[in-house]
Amino acid sequence: MSIIKTKELNKIYDVETIPVHAVNNVSLEFEEGEFTAIIGPSGCGKTTLLNLIGGLDTPTSGEVFINGTNITKLNSREIIDFRLRNIGFVFQAYNLVPVLTAKENVEFIMQLQGISKENRESRVLQLFDQIGLKDKLNNRPGKLSGGQQQRVAVARALASKPKFILADEPTANLDSKSTSNLLDIMLKLNEVENTTFIFSTHDSRVIKRARRLITLEDGKVVKDDIVK
Amino acid sequence: MMKLFILSNLQLKKINEIKSIPNVKAVTSRIKSMAMISSANSGTGVTINGIDTTGEKSISDLYTKLIDGSYFDTKLKYPIVIGSKLAEKLKVKVKSKVVITIQDVNGNITYGAFKVVGIFKTFDTMFDQANVFVLGNDLANLISFDENQTSEIAVLLTHNDFTDSVAAKIKNLFRSEIKNGNLVVRTWNEINPILKMLNEMTVQFTMIFVVIILVALSFGIINTMLMAIMERVREIGMLMAIGMSKAKVFLMIMLETIFLSLTGGVLGLFISWIIISITNFTGINLSSVAEGLNSIGYSSFIRPELGIFFYFFIASLVILTAMFASIFPARKALKLKPSEAIRQDV
Ligand SMILES: Nc1ncnc2c1ncn2[C@@H]1O[C@H](COP(=O)(O)OP(=O)(O)OP(=O)(O)O)[C@@H](O)[C@H]1O
Ligand SMILES: [Mg+2]
Repeated sequence: MSIIKTKELNKIYDVETIPVHAVNNVSLEFEEGEFTAIIGPSGCGKTTLLNLIGGLDTPTSGEVFINGTNITKLNSREIIDFRLRNIGFVFQAYNLVPVLTAKENVEFIMQLQGISKENRESRVLQLFDQIGLKDKLNNRPGKLSGGQQQRVAVARALASKPKFILADEPTANLDSKSTSNLLDIMLKLNEVENTTFIFSTHDSRVIKRARRLITLEDGKVVKDDIVK
Repeated sequence: MMKLFILSNLQLKKINEIKSIPNVKAVTSRIKSMAMISSANSGTGVTINGIDTTGEKSISDLYTKLIDGSYFDTKLKYPIVIGSKLAEKLKVKVKSKVVITIQDVNGNITYGAFKVVGIFKTFDTMFDQANVFVLGNDLANLISFDENQTSEIAVLLTHNDFTDSVAAKIKNLFRSEIKNGNLVVRTWNEINPILKMLNEMTVQFTMIFVVIILVALSFGIINTMLMAIMERVREIGMLMAIGMSKAKVFLMIMLETIFLSLTGGVLGLFISWIIISITNFTGINLSSVAEGLNSIGYSSFIRPELGIFFYFFIASLVILTAMFASIFPARKALKLKPSEAIRQDV
């Protein structure tokens, strides 16, 4: 069974004035262990689609099922808790809490989940080992490079042991070296731990390494290819 | 005419008992009576105070208010110290002679000549006009008092707060005399109810100011917190996106507001404490508005003081205000949609 399934998903902004059909009748399925890039020109609806899948936005019509749960039917409190326990997010602008250290940023989400201190400690160490930033545990985000911050953001997204990770243009603000470094880490997590990644991108270097490419145009899926 | 209370020797011993009541700083006895004072030019009614100079010094700072002459520091017989206002009225100076006309204990009118040795000027012009001071013995002789008899015992406490408790103890000490109608015990606010009223009004005005300041404070807090939230729209949006519940976001902002206000509040209270301590030591001279203050019996030289209770009271009010003021910014934060908040450019 697929872990994510969208059914005739539509998102129309400004229904009253000049309607923008940002996501147009999208029906997609995602399997566990996917490494999928959503691509397409600017304004084609990538961010909107990811927000709908992640329960950050509600569709105008259509449904999103995650592990069989119809998240479009959840109320505002349930959806927040659902996100906390099932979905990992990586944002374009890293979005770490500036006053917390790298370690605290990652630990924080586990605190929200109510995980005990010892379990948090060991998980944080394991994650920082995986992202190769063991020596930066106690640095504030301001003392980390963009690439390092985004790796911490990936660690944070993984910390809650989500079913999958959604990343909206995770490399948009990174130079090529940091981009390939981040991709190495994401691919390794995908291969070794079978972590599911769904991300949007403009970047040809990222597109090259994706396993599945979904192309959007004006909110519609125009291409859905398995590469390699 | 003022009733002349006469205390016997036995009762005088009780003065020592008053002295031993806790929080009593000093005690002195006075012979107090109404009298006529006249000079070559004119005459007027006054309250004459027959005092024990050393005892009086421990109770009243009148001796520091002399503008001419001395405070009974003289070899002259029958010295008298009068207020400047009265001196003006009688057209007398230091070394002038005045005549006191007074009723003795038996009801006979007697006279006595006194020499002005000192002229005082307090902040209270009414007082200056209506009070004259002579030696207790001189007055006792004049009105045929026995030695050691007196008509008034003045008690000075270490602090105003103890007024009622000490008054109750003194009343208990003299309960039989009070019952016979030979003696009354009166606190300062019974003697001077206007002063009491002014004091209470001051407290009420202060409370009104506190409320106004707290309202201004809450606007300040709302403004600061709204700015803090606007600056962190993306951070808060991210927190909500990754799964921080609305209750926790609300609590986070409320706690932040309280910490902010507490930091400011504690700092402010500490600074107030320092300023009050310093000005309490040095005093504040309001001589520019002295006339107004003096005419209602207030000194133009004040020593600020604030009880420990008020520090806690104000701190609690600040916390309450902060909690109240945080509701609006916190609600504003909760209205953020994570999808839009994250999108926002810095
Ligand atoms: N909150 C909104 N209100 C109105 N229109 C919106 C809103 N968000 C997005 N849109 C519109 O929806 C369309 C899709 O936007 P979206 O951000 O999903 O595109 P995108 O593929 O992520 O673009 P980019 O590559 O530039 O990030 C665009 O035309 C955009 O203008
Ligand atoms: Mg986008």
